[in-house]
Amino acid sequence: MVREATNTLQKSVLWDWLTTVDHKKLAVLYLISGTLFFLKAGLMAVFMRIQLMFPMNDFLSGQTFNEFITMHGTIMLFLAATPLLFAFMNYIVPLQIGARDVAFPFVNALGFWLFFFGGILVSLSWFFGGAPDAGWTSYVPLASRDYGGLGIDFYVLGLQVSGIGTLVSGINFIVTIINMRAPGMTMMRMPLFCWTTLVTSILIVFAFTPLAAGLALLMLDRMFDGMFFIPGEGGNVVIWQHIFWIFGHPEVYILVLPAFGMISEIIPTFSKKRLFGYTAMVFATLIIGFLGFMVWMHHMFTVGIGPIANSVFAIATMIIGIPTGIKIFNWLFTMWGGKLTFNTAMLCASSFVPTFVLGGVTGVMLAMAPVDHLYHDTYFVVAHFHYIILGGIVLGLIGATFYWYPKMFGHKLNETLGKIMFWMFYVGFHLTFFVQHILGLIGMPRRVYTYLEDQGMDTMNMISTIGAFVMSAAIILLVVNIVYSAMKSPREGGDPWDGRTLEWATPTPVPEYNFAQTPQVRSLDPLFYEKIHGDGTMKPAEPIGDIHMPNGSIYPFTISLGLFFAGFGFIMLNMENAIISPWIVIAVGGIITFGSMALHSVKEDHGYHISKETVEQMEKEVGTNG
Amino acid sequence: MAETTDLSKGLPSHPEKATLEGKNKFLGFWVFLAGETTMFATFFGTYLGLRNGTGSGPEAADIFSLPLVFIMTMILLTSSLTSVFAMFAMKKNQFKKMKIWMWVTVALGTAFLGFEIYEFVEYVHYGLGFTTSAFASSFYALVGLHGAHVLFGLCWISLLLIRYNKSGITLTNAPKFYVASLYWHFIDVVWIFIFTVVYLMGIGG
Repeated sequence: MVREATNTLQKSVLWDWLTTVDHKKLAVLYLISGTLFFLKAGLMAVFMRIQLMFPMNDFLSGQTFNEFITMHGTIMLFLAATPLLFAFMNYIVPLQIGARDVAFPFVNALGFWLFFFGGILVSLSWFFGGAPDAGWTSYVPLASRDYGGLGIDFYVLGLQVSGIGTLVSGINFIVTIINMRAPGMTMMRMPLFCWTTLVTSILIVFAFTPLAAGLALLMLDRMFDGMFFIPGEGGNVVIWQHIFWIFGHPEVYILVLPAFGMISEIIPTFSKKRLFGYTAMVFATLIIGFLGFMVWMHHMFTVGIGPIANSVFAIATMIIGIPTGIKIFNWLFTMWGGKLTFNTAMLCASSFVPTFVLGGVTGVMLAMAPVDHLYHDTYFVVAHFHYIILGGIVLGLIGATFYWYPKMFGHKLNETLGKIMFWMFYVGFHLTFFVQHILGLIGMPRRVYTYLEDQGMDTMNMISTIGAFVMSAAIILLVVNIVYSAMKSPREGGDPWDGRTLEWATPTPVPEYNFAQTPQVRSLDPLFYEKIHGDGTMKPAEPIGDIHMPNGSIYPFTISLGLFFAGFGFIMLNMENAIISPWIVIAVGGIITFGSMALHSVKEDHGYHISKETVEQMEKEVGTNG
Repeated sequence: MAETTDLSKGLPSHPEKATLEGKNKFLGFWVFLAGETTMFATFFGTYLGLRNGTGSGPEAADIFSLPLVFIMTMILLTSSLTSVFAMFAMKKNQFKKMKIWMWVTVALGTAFLGFEIYEFVEYVHYGLGFTTSAFASSFYALVGLHGAHVLFGLCWISLLLIRYNKSGITLTNAPKFYVASLYWHFIDVVWIFIFTVVYLMGIGG
């Protein structure tokens, strides 16, 4: 995965992975843990569909069903989609901008471990009396201390910890993209994936902090008897909804913008054409990012905010359709007249377009405040956001996996298995969710664990469940493909797709310093430019010399572990028979975290150098088998 | 990179931004402060939404004492000024002067924190506990969060001062002192909003 120089090779494997600050290795860690959370939450979805297969089914109890809907949503958004996107952002963005690493390698590692321990904390809830059960939105008063069980505490503290991780990663990406670009890589020459990563990171900074505040309020309410959300003492439950959706709506764009970026990389490569309307794409991304903060109240049309507010937010919501439409047409025009290659990555990318449009159409339908009173909390909404999330984000992620897999792991995924997987996924997805539009329109409420027979819902629920089985089979096939390809696929060189952007100018496996000499960028799609106007290789912007690299560190791991203990300690405050005093656990966690931070701050670490001779030696090896 | 910058003619005029690490820290910290601003804005919004929800407990106008808050404000504003003096000294490579001004900043910050603790204890005596009403919860959450930031800032600056007590100004520690002083200004700006939104509006509006 990464070609190491001498220093890293001397460490044991476990210690190396625990202390790594290499963006490529952290990407692999993100990919693995994100996939595991994805499989876990996907399994919950299958169980829920089995429960809804027949009317009055008793496969799951109502309580378990509630825990499953909550954990499915929470895990998929915070612990599966986000890290999977971060995996590609981490691996690809520094390569695409011609950087040796991210701006803050230490913070990058910290972001991963915080996410990881936060995810573990949320998942521990199953072993302490049940998972959170108030939905992924965790509305009060359902989640208040009087009604919500211990599971909600795990939700609050776990997401708090993993949210800090997401926030610091976002800051890191912003600074990386602004400060670390190679000479000649101006902002308007950056690949679109870098642009969407930048805008997503900005959204993270402004969206995850309100979430942190909201979760802190809920924590104070639940553990220290705060009165924020207790109406009897002057509190207000709608404040939670506002705070949650001020975070929650941008979160949708945080997830979908990187997927847009992935599609915008895959389609030009396999159309053998420059991305159509690059500038328009960039500005559409910026506008979507901005408007993403202006529409949160469309999740609350039925709360009773009043006709003026509802109208303003309805119109703002519909306006987002315009920049999104620009993107859709630009992808279509990129393909128009191109030399198209329909491999698995391109199949995912091109089918993303119509699927996402379907989700967008139902989105505009939902944006109409008066009619929304009919759709609200029905399966129509469920169908809508699954078209966005599965048809948008997951198709983008699968496409990106097939596209960047040879760069990350040195070989392609099998195309035959890939195409079968794609068609099963595509058919299964539409089978599952298309009928849910109709189910919603005839009145099936979401989040309810069963339904009566002979209300016209039996057949469509059965179809939906069958679709879910087909989709699961597709995901299993993807896992099979990964194992199969690891054994059978031939090794690939640095540029297996005849790529256009800088990541394909690096050898595979990528040396730990990425570029022996920082490349000089002369155009948008820099590698393709050199293939047409130069000799096909990037021109160096600096002479070959010693390369400065950051040292690995265990502190990101210990800082996160400390917060994990402290978070668990806070949860113990609400446990009835805790073995030791919660305050001891909180104190131990705090000492570990702040102690590690202080040690890191006090110890000056200037990193190490890879000598010029080693670099030349490594480049020679790369040349012979690359 | 710290090693490659030419130091034969003394420190550059902006030692905090002379290296790539320094530039990254500088920009990254500004972005971090943008996030902090959003977080405080959420707490401010919550306070504004709940400040009339006093339930059966005391109201803002009953307990707030402007003279005390005025003294606290002056102390914190002055501490911001002394940290500016410290940064001027840093850019002129006057290490001793910088240290002194930074320690003055820490002393003023500690005094502020002491007054804040005294203030909270007084309010509890007046019957305004954290759990008394939604107003009380949101007041203590907002002002307490600010106080926690002050405490963190004090620990941070003291740690830096002790760690670099004898090292002089280098291209490695200049960005650290600089972002710490940025953080301190941020705390000050937040307090100005607290002074206006919580105390002035609490008594006057």
